[in-house]
Amino acid sequence: MLKEENKIFKNLYNEQGWELENALNRDDWLDTKKIIEKGRDWIINEIKASELRGRGGAGFSTGLKWSFAPKKVGSRPHYLVINADESEPGTCKDRDILRFEPQKLIEGCLIASYAVNAKVCYVYIRGEYLNEGKRLQKAIDEAYSKNLIGKNACNSGWDLDIYIHYGAGAYICGEETALLESLEGNRGQPRLKPPFPALVGLYGCPTIVNNVETIAVVPTILRRGAKWFASMGRPKNTGTKIFCISGNVNTPCNVEEEMGIPLKELIEKHGGGVIGGWKNLQAVIPGGSSMPMVPKDICETLKMDFDSLVEVKSGLGTAGVVVINKDEDIIKCMARIARFYKHESCGQCTPCREGAGWMWRILERTAKGEATHKDINLLSDVTKQIEGHTICAFGEGSAWPVQGLLRHFRKEIDNRCFSEPIVKKKRKIPYLIDQHKLESKDA
Amino acid sequence: MSLKKIHDNQPDKFEFTKANLELAGKILKKYPSDQKKSAVMPLLYLAQNQNENWIPLAAMKYIGKLLSMPYINVYEIATFYSMYNLAPVGKYFIQVCTTSPCALRGANKLVDICKEKISKNQNELSQNKLCSWTEVECLGACINAPMMQVNEDYYEDLDETNTKKILNSFLEDNPLKPGSYRNRKNSSPEKNQILTNGHKNA
Repeated sequence: MLKEENKIFKNLYNEQGWELENALNRDDWLDTKKIIEKGRDWIINEIKASELRGRGGAGFSTGLKWSFAPKKVGSRPHYLVINADESEPGTCKDRDILRFEPQKLIEGCLIASYAVNAKVCYVYIRGEYLNEGKRLQKAIDEAYSKNLIGKNACNSGWDLDIYIHYGAGAYICGEETALLESLEGNRGQPRLKPPFPALVGLYGCPTIVNNVETIAVVPTILRRGAKWFASMGRPKNTGTKIFCISGNVNTPCNVEEEMGIPLKELIEKHGGGVIGGWKNLQAVIPGGSSMPMVPKDICETLKMDFDSLVEVKSGLGTAGVVVINKDEDIIKCMARIARFYKHESCGQCTPCREGAGWMWRILERTAKGEATHKDINLLSDVTKQIEGHTICAFGEGSAWPVQGLLRHFRKEIDNRCFSEPIVKKKRKIPYLIDQHKLESKDA
Repeated sequence: MSLKKIHDNQPDKFEFTKANLELAGKILKKYPSDQKKSAVMPLLYLAQNQNENWIPLAAMKYIGKLLSMPYINVYEIATFYSMYNLAPVGKYFIQVCTTSPCALRGANKLVDICKEKISKNQNELSQNKLCSWTEVECLGACINAPMMQVNEDYYEDLDETNTKKILNSFLEDNPLKPGSYRNRKNSSPEKNQILTNGHKNA
């Protein structure tokens, strides 16, 4: 269990107040100037040494990402973009950072901007978080008034402006290149990579995109040292992480814990246990809805970090733990997640646009017991056709959870299906469906 | 899902009010001077706020001219993103999150209550024309599930009784306060409330 002194986000539940004066009491903005004076290379090396991995889902090394930015500013300015488009079902950590620890984020922005040579930073917040955005704006204004950011921020000689840009309810804008498209005033559809944003990003300029939590932990790491951060967790999976425990638990909550905490401890201690007791557990989605679920027998010994979860063919993702107990219909639950992906597909790549709807319809039929065994094979095939054949990771994100269901709950599915009758009834399934009409009937 | 059908009765003209025009100027300053197009999303929000929470076609044309971009580009933005309403919604626009984490905690009951109290179908005005409701995808408050968003505010930790109370308050045009309806502090675990106040382990 994480010691109180090792917690980075001490105000996660707003017990001490979010305002600047309270944040200063929590050691935010302490010696920021000195950190910046140590230079770019020191900052990037220190972050590399801390083995901080991006908290937005992919888990890419943050220090490495920063080092991809060109060392010197050429004809094009550099940008830092903070990804606060938190829309992954099961995840709500960034919301609390925006609401209650905004100064940590702003300080992180200053340090990261300096490290990647950016003088302008955009924070892309999802449109639904309007109140959280207003709160962040207030915090930014406070920071401006104390000259913590702005011209010659913290007397470090570095200029930084932070602007907030609201999204408008598109899940796909959480993907970094889609986010940049959206910021440029286009539809949020991901770009082909390479070139990566670090070289050609916002307005064609070098851009570093980082998650809110990643940036917010940076100042504390630099103040307390990479060694301290790396001493928690295990190699390559270091530090602390905010876990969001939701679903069928007694006390759903956000909690900051050490990386690699056993899932059982997380649920029992912080989540107040599964509703109906541990025996009643059916499955857990460990990292937001895009990650394949893990059934109960794996949950017993599972440790929550990037590499342990990959070993069981899942992933830590955003650490949004969704607990599903035996009172729930797991197929129905998955069908609802498939509907989410069908709704949120941006429509750029055919496998994803068509496949997501396809998976939803088959799962919906399965949940009602109207699917045949042949349908399930088709479903399995569809997931494989989507995976790896799309521009962005949305394809994997929609296909993996269904694959997880098929891998672990094949028996339940097969029990609900029937074999194809030899004499087929003619069923009226329209070949081309008007999506709008379908929606108004079913959804 | 929000209505992506263009409303039949469109106003002929749309212009920003003086105050909004000033705001638009401020918004434009956020972006590089040769990248006016970036301001299209914030300006659409402004138009939506000014026009009773929906965007008429005239507003899209107006914004297109303001940002010197083709009308069709503004149109495609307005139709791509789900938070831009292209048809009138109620003064109180209720959005119920029904994605899995909320559904696991009974969001479907909220939908039934909305159907009963407000209107049979989504995106229809209630009888007194004050409210309308819709199902939406994850609103990012999964630990406070089930929840709904009314205009800008989140109503969290709901159950059947207080959902009915809240909806009634909107129908009577006298809205209740947003926030958690189980008296819990933000996203903290409830049983440990006393412990955390003493700054012990949460």
